[in-house]
Amino acid sequence: MEPEQYFYLGLVLVLSGAVLSLIPFRKVRPYLYILPALGSLSLAFAGLNVLSGHVLLISSIQVSSFFDFSFRGDPLSGFFMVVISALAFAVSVYSIGYSGEMKNQGFMGFLFNVFLLSMYAVVLADNIFTFLVSWETMSVVSYFLVTFDRNEKSARAGLTYAVMTHIGTAFIIALFLVLYKQTGIMDFQGMRTAAAQIPDILRHVVFIFSVIGFGVKAGIIPMHTWLPKAHPAAPSNISALMSGVMIKTGIYGFLRISMDIMGSGPAWWGIIIIIIGAVSSILGVLYALMEQDLKRLLAYCSVENIGVIFLGIGASMMFKSHGLDALSSIALAAALYHTLNHAVFKGLLFMGAGSVMHAAHTKNMEEMGGLLKLMPYTGLFFLIGSVSICALPPFNGFVSEWLTYQALLLGFQSPSVIAKIISPLGGAALALTGALAAACFVKAFGISFLGMPRSNRAEQAKEVSFSMISGMAVLSLLCLAFGILPGIVTAHISPAVHALTGAPGVLSKNGVLFVMETVTTLSPGLLLALMLIMFGATVLFIYIAGGRRKTMYGPSWDCGMPALTSRMQYSAAAFTKPLKIIFKRIYLPRRELKISYIVKPLFVKSIRYSGVITPFFEKYFYTTAGNVLYRIAGRVKLLQSGSLHLYLAYILITLIVLLIFGT
Amino acid sequence: MEYAQFIIIIIFSPLVNGVIKKLKAHMQGRSGPGVLQPYYDLLRLLKKDMVISNVTTWVFRSTPYIVFLSAVAAAFIIPVITTNYTFSMLGDVIALIYIFGLARFFMALAGLDAGTAFGGEGSSREMTIAILVEPMIMLSIFTAAISAGSTNIARIAETQGMFYSPSHVLAFAAFMVAVIAETGRIPVDNPDTHLELTMVHEGMLLEYSGRYLALMEWAHYIKQMVLFTLAADIFFPVGIARDLSAAGLGLSAGLYMCKMLALVFIMALVESTRSKMRFFQLPSLLGGAFVLSVLSLLTYIMMGR
Repeated sequence: MEPEQYFYLGLVLVLSGAVLSLIPFRKVRPYLYILPALGSLSLAFAGLNVLSGHVLLISSIQVSSFFDFSFRGDPLSGFFMVVISALAFAVSVYSIGYSGEMKNQGFMGFLFNVFLLSMYAVVLADNIFTFLVSWETMSVVSYFLVTFDRNEKSARAGLTYAVMTHIGTAFIIALFLVLYKQTGIMDFQGMRTAAAQIPDILRHVVFIFSVIGFGVKAGIIPMHTWLPKAHPAAPSNISALMSGVMIKTGIYGFLRISMDIMGSGPAWWGIIIIIIGAVSSILGVLYALMEQDLKRLLAYCSVENIGVIFLGIGASMMFKSHGLDALSSIALAAALYHTLNHAVFKGLLFMGAGSVMHAAHTKNMEEMGGLLKLMPYTGLFFLIGSVSICALPPFNGFVSEWLTYQALLLGFQSPSVIAKIISPLGGAALALTGALAAACFVKAFGISFLGMPRSNRAEQAKEVSFSMISGMAVLSLLCLAFGILPGIVTAHISPAVHALTGAPGVLSKNGVLFVMETVTTLSPGLLLALMLIMFGATVLFIYIAGGRRKTMYGPSWDCGMPALTSRMQYSAAAFTKPLKIIFKRIYLPRRELKISYIVKPLFVKSIRYSGVITPFFEKYFYTTAGNVLYRIAGRVKLLQSGSLHLYLAYILITLIVLLIFGT
Repeated sequence: MEYAQFIIIIIFSPLVNGVIKKLKAHMQGRSGPGVLQPYYDLLRLLKKDMVISNVTTWVFRSTPYIVFLSAVAAAFIIPVITTNYTFSMLGDVIALIYIFGLARFFMALAGLDAGTAFGGEGSSREMTIAILVEPMIMLSIFTAAISAGSTNIARIAETQGMFYSPSHVLAFAAFMVAVIAETGRIPVDNPDTHLELTMVHEGMLLEYSGRYLALMEWAHYIKQMVLFTLAADIFFPVGIARDLSAAGLGLSAGLYMCKMLALVFIMALVESTRSKMRFFQLPSLLGGAFVLSVLSLLTYIMMGR
């Protein structure tokens, strides 16, 4: 079949999934997720073809010169199609089991499929109008998904999300207005050639607007505030999609505008992006560390990973500005590779968190513990996701972070001194991020899945259904495959990299990655194979040296005291307490001790401790901005007195003003 | 031969630890156990039955193998006496650090697995220290990597250009602090303590016994020797063989022994003359070392060497 046929087949399948969900057959509904699963597979094939250079031309619907729906797939869109499809497939399979107990399943199924379609539409849109309509559809549908569990918390999260995302959209519309005003062209194809004539100052404006506008969706700091609220509020299959791919549309939009259409600007654009990336990655994971809510922790980690992606993009833009195309392509390959990886492991982790909530009915890690014994598969897959997100070999996160390191180290070949200093420091930021992420996920996995159950709910947890497990299994396999066979990924993303930078990116041969510019190679697959051989040798050696020995099981070491209880374990808050103390300048922690006495001050009845950290950006930036807005709104209110005569007078004044200035 | 240099590290790593202990004992006016004691300990542990906590899961039981094999993988990657070896293409210095990261990750999980406070305490502190060490170790390596134009350890070892410049001295100082922290030595951690409140590394291993403990200990010895070797490769690569001729290898092996002895002496000296720091004083020590590594980078960029 032709790629176009795959594309339409996928489209029809997902669309029929949306429509059929609305028909009231309760029993069948969960199985309707098979439709988007098959549809996304078909779209993945189409995407792979588009990625390898097949231009996908989709007949457009043109109502007038302005109302023109047109879609077109080039390698960059193809790459994002594949990313969306990979996750959409796994999440659809997962949703068969996950949506079983949900209320309002029909509405859910409808929104789910429309959400998928809107994301495909965003990455395939070929003109300003189509892009904005798709973008808004995606935002609105995801708003309904965030507020799907109708309670006060999700309503608040939804409000924050709606406000933030529309601030972003406002900037995006503004940048398109500037682009359209300067070039007079609506479609991206034509704009690319015309954009070169835009005066410098306006190019900078477009760049800054695209950082803010798309940065809100991507969740870079300080525009991240909606992310830790909205992602945990949504049902977990949706959080997986939102965190895995929806925030990537922000990356897509940024790449499309700033790198593709504007063709990268001066070096300081790249340097700014590197700094934004470093700050987002460090602060994102620092905030993640302090979370006891599993889903909020994962949401903050998305901020971190978006930061890592931006480190790569920034390096790429910086090299591009110096005309170092080959280096630019390595950095972009790193960024795209990490985009794919983050989609895979973050989707996996959110599904894992969803399974845990499904089984233990809590998001709070302090009430979990010992889940690995009760939910062996979920536990294994969550562990794989954790190792991947910490960028540890042999899983996928390692390869993309390794490439990012290479890109940042190559910054030394840049002619500007600032770039020479900034890029290795970006590397140090990445190292810090990696170590923080490791601590974060030792906590997330260790406290939730290991040790003894900390509550009755955790004790009674049961393994989730087969379809949920298979959804996670698919992504776990991808985590491993992208980790040990990096050559496959780099070869496939090469056309997208080439389209933006003019060089093919990272080369590979026989499972070995080559970065020619640093004379460095990496072969995680071969190393893993060697270690499997060494594993055999180790077991053999132990047997020869030690002989057959017995293993006895007994209670954990309790210092001779009678039986340990689950309350004596390290808690999640205790685990990260040292970091809270060390980084207190960033966290600004506050603690409250409430002690009630029987006889003061000797006999204590109870002690209640609570510690919170100050959400810096919310408190000092958004609250202030909100208050200013309220004050202005208060002034503006005077205009609306409610008197009809006054309103008529406004109309009259407006008319006169228009008559004077309009002619 | 070229495939086999990792065996040097695996075999001699317990000896390095034995020598450190012996030297330390001498400096402190004791006679101390013989230098072969670590071997006897490992053998004794291998021959023992194991007692495992029944709270634990398969994570606890697979961790010793993961930790040991990570250490072995690191030994595969690193050049010991020659830079002309096939395994150098498997990974670079960043991969090496991340492989140690994998080992640490699982060790910390194993610490939490038994559900005791000691294990959790050890894990929490270990991860905290790692956070402070990681950026500094990376930056000090970057300074060398940038001057060599590569992160491949063999390529760095072959480039002698930057050596004995101010940036080199600063980077080496920072790197040594990192090595002390990574190997769990005084003043960061005390390898000889089993006092609950001061354990870091030992806290995580508390529930291990028998062959699992042997694997963990051995892995720790290998990691220590790999880090020493890394220091030698990056900062004092003088005389490391670039081919496989007998004379070159012999000279290189001799020099390698001298370098190891020097590093062992430094370690014993630091351990004997310093006292263990309070946990929350560590950020000032490690932060200071981080500043050194930043300075080394800036010096390199400003001076060009």
